[in-house]
Amino acid sequence: MPEVTLKVLRFNPETDAESHFEEYRIDANPMDRLLDLLHEIKWYQDASLAVRRSCGHGICGSDAVVVNGVNRLACKILVKDLPSEITVEPIRGMPVIRDLVVDMEPFFAGYRAVKPWLITDDEHEPTRERIQSPEERERFDDTTKCILCAACTTSCPIFWSDEEYVGPAAIVNAHRFIFDSRDTGAAERLQILSSSNGAFKCRTAFNCTEACPRGIKVTMAIQEVKQAALYRSV
Amino acid sequence: MGALTSWDMATIEEVYRKKKPKAFAADRSPSKAEVWWWFFMRLSGIVLLFLVLIHLYIMHLVDSGVERVNFEFVAERWDNVGWKTFDWVLLVLALLHGVNGLRVIINDYVHRPGVRTTVKATLYTVTAILMIMGTAVIITFDPAVGG
Repeated sequence: MPEVTLKVLRFNPETDAESHFEEYRIDANPMDRLLDLLHEIKWYQDASLAVRRSCGHGICGSDAVVVNGVNRLACKILVKDLPSEITVEPIRGMPVIRDLVVDMEPFFAGYRAVKPWLITDDEHEPTRERIQSPEERERFDDTTKCILCAACTTSCPIFWSDEEYVGPAAIVNAHRFIFDSRDTGAAERLQILSSSNGAFKCRTAFNCTEACPRGIKVTMAIQEVKQAALYRSV
Repeated sequence: MGALTSWDMATIEEVYRKKKPKAFAADRSPSKAEVWWWFFMRLSGIVLLFLVLIHLYIMHLVDSGVERVNFEFVAERWDNVGWKTFDWVLLVLALLHGVNGLRVIINDYVHRPGVRTTVKATLYTVTAILMIMGTAVIITFDPAVGG
């Protein structure tokens, strides 16, 4: 069993003025997830550690953290793929509530703004399925994979400097509907994303694409949305 | 429970209320300005790549480079309306491309509304002055002045 040192950025708003690192030594199994190590701390070493996680299997998107400087899901990264000294910090650009738990409001405000639901001009509920060809479905397949973990948005240097930027995740979720043949809300969404804090604030740093635990080509999706907004304007 | 005194610790709720985060809000009056500026940056970038390299070549590399640039050199060059146009297009595109880049950076990093307005107003004023001066020189240039 390799011993790993976990340095966790701790912050308790009730007692601390500044955040600080605390070190924990853990006998880890190479196949342990980082989440298991955080559990080990919380359950056996220091119960005061605040961690957010739900499913623990890379689907709910609750446990995005900064691991050795890059955004990862704690439940999708294994000890064997990490050095013996691991630093864990809360995701950046959003207010820390406590330890590794951040306030996700700036993230979800952007998400809500792009109207992430099916918009149709049907007057009545349809009586049959909305037919879509496999090719039409393929067009936006990549952006359906988003689990809203905020790893992309909180790796974005533009978002770090300005929380009012809508953020990559919101644009990805707009893309998912803009390019859906069944949806008719593209104009509405593109108008929202054309505003000064919308998609055109993206500077193609590619941090988002690197950070996405689902392998979504985030920057590509953003560029496609920009193109769509431009073609609509021409 | 008495009133909150200074030695009481703040609750998470109170800390949160003080630090309520900013978040995205769409523009009140939607405009396509950002779309067009984005497109302009791409187009002008491509055009500038050629203009700047040609400018660099003529002014700094050929013969003895910038050493030989004097009034006569300019007068001879600007005798040709094509070079006048070339220089004016270079002036306009480079200035607008650079200023829009700065505008975008100011939007990213200058958050206080008053400071932001002041910095941008200064930027736009300097831009206007440079644009007018450059254009005026190109239009009103008189080779006879040099004798």
